[in-house]
Amino acid sequence: MMFIDAHAHMISRTTDDYEAMAASGVVALIEPAFWIGQPRTNVGSYFDYLSHIVGFERFRAGQFGIRHYCTIGLNSKEANNEALAEGVMEILPRFAVKEGVVAIGEIGYDEQTALEDRYFRAQLELAKELGLPVMIHTPHRDKKRGTTRSMDVCIEHGVPPSMVVVDHNNEETVEEVLDRGFWAAFSIYPSTKMGNARMVEILKRYGGERIIVDSACDWGISDPLAVAKTARLALDRGIPEEHVRLACYANALAAYGQSGQMNEADWLDPPAIDQRTLYEGNSVLRGGREPVIESPGERRGMDRLIIE
Amino acid sequence: MTAPRQLLAEWLAPRVAPEAAAWLEGQLRRLARDGSERDLVVTLGLIPRRLGKADLDLSAAELAAAAACRPGWDPSRWSVDTAARVLALLTLPDDDEAFASRFAGLCRDADAGEAIALYSGLPLYPGQPRLEAQAGEGLRGNIRAVFEAIAHRNPFPREQFDEHRWNHMVLKALFVGSSLAPIQGLDERANPELARILCDYAHERWAAGRPVSPELWRCVGPFADGPMLADLERAAASSHPRDRAAAALALAASPAPGARAVLDRLRDEADRIAAGKLAWADVA
Ligand SMILES: [Zn+2]
Repeated sequence: MMFIDAHAHMISRTTDDYEAMAASGVVALIEPAFWIGQPRTNVGSYFDYLSHIVGFERFRAGQFGIRHYCTIGLNSKEANNEALAEGVMEILPRFAVKEGVVAIGEIGYDEQTALEDRYFRAQLELAKELGLPVMIHTPHRDKKRGTTRSMDVCIEHGVPPSMVVVDHNNEETVEEVLDRGFWAAFSIYPSTKMGNARMVEILKRYGGERIIVDSACDWGISDPLAVAKTARLALDRGIPEEHVRLACYANALAAYGQSGQMNEADWLDPPAIDQRTLYEGNSVLRGGREPVIESPGERRGMDRLIIE
Repeated sequence: MTAPRQLLAEWLAPRVAPEAAAWLEGQLRRLARDGSERDLVVTLGLIPRRLGKADLDLSAAELAAAAACRPGWDPSRWSVDTAARVLALLTLPDDDEAFASRFAGLCRDADAGEAIALYSGLPLYPGQPRLEAQAGEGLRGNIRAVFEAIAHRNPFPREQFDEHRWNHMVLKALFVGSSLAPIQGLDERANPELARILCDYAHERWAAGRPVSPELWRCVGPFADGPMLADLERAAASSHPRDRAAAALALAASPAPGARAVLDRLRDEADRIAAGKLAWADVA
């Protein structure tokens, strides 16, 4: 089965992770612009970070046979630093139109402050102007209210639910998100957001329509194999294969494919055949290794399937 | 005399859909008027989405017009989006210094396709010498196609690079597995320092048990004497026909008295060179 990990912060991960993901069936992933774990103090470090995820990280993923896409945005935590936020808003348009950018995101609320609200709205307007989908990061605290509010504001700005992926859902939020016609994404993230056994129960209850499973793997304790493990667990527990395919592959493609920047042909018929954009360099291979993608074997097992 | 801008517009017209052409037209008018940074970066970013990325696929007559308009200009590998992006840059108000700083700014966050376009257009921009440092920066990246946008089919390096930058471009081309033949001015700008660097590189490759690109000897031949002649002898003894052909061509270009004796051992290759049936194009 082919998988898309629709939320993975690969800037924080190693080449082992790329190899393991490719071996587990991940053909494409989306790297949302987000908090790197320590607040950025000036727009320059944001500039370099965004350059990195539209540039080198895309190239690096390609070296391991995975197509890399990203979303561009000012995250809610850093929206609270007004000087930084103003600077970032100025540079966002130039990054949002780069190749492989599939949405404005991840944006939304953290503490639900007035500044977070202002920049969330400004970014919804940018998404509209550029014809891009939106990826919403729902808050960890006061999640239910924050999720409802995020969707209200999208509607208020005339962004149709079909263009919005609401991420980090749980049992408490899923129903309203689906009822209102938004895409409902779930981050299988150990100990905090959602476990995969719980996810299987949600698939059992709601089917696969408009549901997206992702790993949200980043610099914290997280599992880049979360999508593949959830798929296997779901199949083991009797979820119809078609529902699994929708949630772990097809829905992400349908939602983010609306950007025009993500097509199945990208991995079924990979860009290596385009001489102009052939990514081939010496950075990851460090000059010495033959540029062959080897099958990494079962170094990173699928044997511990349950993610709590 | 036709300006590059006019040629680019003529080539694009029959190759893009009418709505896309109208959109581009509107964007170019805005750029020519005040050319705000936001308009420019958004235009450059949206070009492949609106116009597509098909090959430009120019006819022989169109290519000849390019070379007549700007000597050395070779857009034979350009795509529609590359042409439109270069056209957008050429639409900016004329000011060499302002152009150079905007160009550097655009290169700083360009994605791969954009970087290819930005650097492919180098020979057409105003204030050429001011762009040399940024072109050097572009060679430092790790995406081969971007490197080749500068190094291949582009008259800019031969005209603007000093010897040091030139030599390192040629070395890097070999290092990343690219070819030398499409580099304009390769023979004209060959120099003893480059020959030394390349022979050192060949020794490193041999020591590591890795193959050496036969194209390397093209830049060595004219300066080959002493130890370099021994390197050519080693290449001449190779079991690969391309290595032997390259060694023969390099030896034929060497003014050293000893070169003739080594070449005599490559009877077949020497005869083909003399008959005009073996050239560097056959080795690339
Ligand atoms: Zn995230």
